[in-house]
Amino acid sequence: MKQQDENPKHLTVKVWRGTAQGEFQTYQVPRRDNQTVLDVVTHIQRHIDPGLSYRYACRVGMCGSCAMTVNGKPRWTCRTHVSKVTEGDTLEISPLRNHQVIKDLSVDMTEFFDKWARAEGAFVATKTRNDDFEAILPTDKQRKIASAGIECIGCGVCYSACDVVDWKKEYLGPAALNRAWTLVNDVRDGGMTVRLQSIAGDAGCHACHSQQGCVEGCPKHLNPTAAIAGLKRRAAIAVLKGEL
Amino acid sequence: MSPKQESLIWIAQRGSAMVLIIGLIVHLGAIIAAVQGGISAAEISGRMNGHTGWFVFYLCFLVAVSIHAPIGLRSILIEVTSLPNRSVGLISLLLAVMILAPGLRAIFGLYGVEW
Repeated sequence: MKQQDENPKHLTVKVWRGTAQGEFQTYQVPRRDNQTVLDVVTHIQRHIDPGLSYRYACRVGMCGSCAMTVNGKPRWTCRTHVSKVTEGDTLEISPLRNHQVIKDLSVDMTEFFDKWARAEGAFVATKTRNDDFEAILPTDKQRKIASAGIECIGCGVCYSACDVVDWKKEYLGPAALNRAWTLVNDVRDGGMTVRLQSIAGDAGCHACHSQQGCVEGCPKHLNPTAAIAGLKRRAAIAVLKGEL
Repeated sequence: MSPKQESLIWIAQRGSAMVLIIGLIVHLGAIIAAVQGGISAAEISGRMNGHTGWFVFYLCFLVAVSIHAPIGLRSILIEVTSLPNRSVGLISLLLAVMILAPGLRAIFGLYGVEW
């Protein structure tokens, strides 16, 4: 409380309380230098309202656990500075869109990760431990394309930002399709045909409108829209070759 | 729709879009050129009548439009209505016929073939 008295400036923070039904509750949180949105939520839970539910783990932008909707936009809260997103001295924090809310700011990500599995996002090995390593040059064109998409941390920001997911609940979404694209370009993977079958249907890459909400929101600066465009081209080539 | 059908529709839409990019430039250019001296039925007829180049151009243009527009309508109907896929397909097919039939009649008529 001493520190709070020395810094009289406070943030007015509206936080979603409840599940799909609920309301915003307003808190006054002391403003600090270099404060992140996750710091704000943690302060509320530890000092004001212990009943507040939210999720985080690493606090350094690696685990993808702490994404929330901040002033209307999905963001990773541990790496989002309050100074970058406040409008006046107010913050509005709610759970990620397009996910089922468990309680308050915690969302159920089961559907999100099930869609990774539906997009055949698991690597299909073509060699055993007894075989030699596949020699792939870092300059290899396909490897570069795959590498451009592999830094996804599974935070769900792109999925939350995507309007197509909002309209079409079965749509696989940008993260799952981005994962599929990295594997389509991995020469070591043997699941190409099954994967293209999974991602080229009604709920797959062809549903994307290329609005690029995912690109704008991605905290790792990945480009799922480009990945999805690549999947459309690859599926078309597979059809013309009679492989799909 | 199966992955194969979805991919074929995507190929048709992108392919027709490529034709439309060139077609629209020529079409708009022709309109701008045609209105310089005041547009008239006789002027259009004079340009088109018996000219195989314009006949082939407008035939390609029309086919591209009649492929491209119904696929776009199909996507919109799937997203904003709860109509079954079969109904959406039939509505899109109907639009294709509604563009293609009068368009063909006009092109053949201007070329000088009555039907």
